Amino acid sequence: MSGRRSLKAKLGVNVFKPDKTKHINIRPGYEKDPRLKAAVLVCPAGLYSISDRGEVELDIDGCLECGTCRIACGPEVLDWNYPNGESGVQFRFG
Amino acid sequence: MDKFDVIIVGAGLAGLSAAYTLAQAGIEVVVIERGDYPGAKNVTGGRLYVNPVRQYLPDIWDEAPLERHVTNELLTMMSSENSTTIRFRSEKFNRPPYHSYTVLRATFDRWLASRAEEAGAMLVTKNLVDDIIKENGRVIGVVAGGEELGADVVIACDGALSLITEKAGLRSPGDPKNYAVGLKEVIELPRETLEDRFGLTGDEGVAQLFMGSLTQGCFGGGFLYTNKSSISLGMVVGIKDLMEKKPPVEVPNLLDDFKERPEIAALIRGGEQVEYSAHVIPEGGIDGLTTLFSDGLLVAGDAAGFSLNMGITVRGMEFAIASGVMAARAVQQARERHDFSAASLACYQQMLEESFVLQDFKTFRHAPHFLENPRLFSFYPQFAGRVMEEVFTFGEGPKAKLSDTVRKHLSFGEAWRIARDLWGGLKI
Repeated sequence: MSGRRSLKAKLGVNVFKPDKTKHINIRPGYEKDPRLKAAVLVCPAGLYSISDRGEVELDIDGCLECGTCRIACGPEVLDWNYPNGESGVQFRFG
Repeated sequence: MDKFDVIIVGAGLAGLSAAYTLAQAGIEVVVIERGDYPGAKNVTGGRLYVNPVRQYLPDIWDEAPLERHVTNELLTMMSSENSTTIRFRSEKFNRPPYHSYTVLRATFDRWLASRAEEAGAMLVTKNLVDDIIKENGRVIGVVAGGEELGADVVIACDGALSLITEKAGLRSPGDPKNYAVGLKEVIELPRETLEDRFGLTGDEGVAQLFMGSLTQGCFGGGFLYTNKSSISLGMVVGIKDLMEKKPPVEVPNLLDDFKERPEIAALIRGGEQVEYSAHVIPEGGIDGLTTLFSDGLLVAGDAAGFSLNMGITVRGMEFAIASGVMAARAVQQARERHDFSAASLACYQQMLEESFVLQDFKTFRHAPHFLENPRLFSFYPQFAGRVMEEVFTFGEGPKAKLSDTVRKHLSFGEAWRIARDLWGGLKI
């Protein structure tokens, strides 16, 4: 990984405004659902990971609001909303 | 409940084009945008073709804050160790009116919004539209920031996921096979460095597309666009292919690997990454389109699925602008009839069918199927690379003829499959 910027550093140059609530939530009881595993692969911000217990976890900080996880996993396993106004990523270039 | 003539959800190209057109016609229109400013949530790869949309917004292009007009079109086929590039440069592309420009949306959308506001449109930023309000099956307004707002017509321009049209029952949640994910970095470089590096004079620009090993066999490709003093570098990958890929790969790593390719590393050397963005892209073609209207509701831009992969380019922004303007015109016609029912708003569909928007979707209806062919992303770039490598290599023994070199890498079965692929390509 020499010379490669970590994803956190790459996301760190973006402007993010914190939200009052988490806009994407794994629906309770679906943490081990096989459909969720796709999110680990497709999330451009690398926000999904699988814990030691085999549960998919989501760290919302750095979310680009791209919608890829909703398309890949579906709204049955993800309660997916946009962040509230005045929050989330604010692209300066786009 | 406050009432407007028209409420537009989302200040992207579709929403702003609709707002501008409506405001110019003296119609009371409010655009509700969740970002801090128009463009704050919007992402493009980077290029806008102006010719198709010039007639829809005739008076804006001279002053529009676009980046560079594209005079150099590059197409690169990448294999794991080599790459073959076709570079096309045209003086015709270097004469105004220029036909295509690189663009950054935070700049462009904010400017287009200011034009719409000057024309009389109202813009409300920092507000998420939570829901639509329905009465007897027809859309009569929206809920935004906890407040109810009424309208004769709501135009949903809320982008590729369009939760609004989903809530209105016009579409079901997206299917992975109809979507790709786009990832992009904006990398700043001093203007002179960029122009020297790419061989550009003045505001000339480069558009470079990549296909081959960078997507590891998945549907998709890479792109590079030169802006005034930055490079938009990224890639687009089919979501379904990513989900099914063996061995699995995390998509951010594909972009990092692409950036580390010597062909790319040399172009971005010394540059500073100033943004990282991503977005889903509708790529389902005509079968991926949503229902375009219902009682009191119109759908435009990405929300409607108006994005088309034509092989060497994914087009969405022209469709967004044109469909936004046509939605506005449909509202004008419906107002004359004092009728905002689905039957009255159906004129929108008719306008789209008579325009390049739905005609392009019909013409290119085979494109999504053709592009599913994994050979496009693995065999062809490798084949080109192998042949080129031998053409330019002189070994110890006698040199083989070009025809022998080609034949060596091409079995009869392969030749047959190429013929079939070509036939498929010609049908597009």
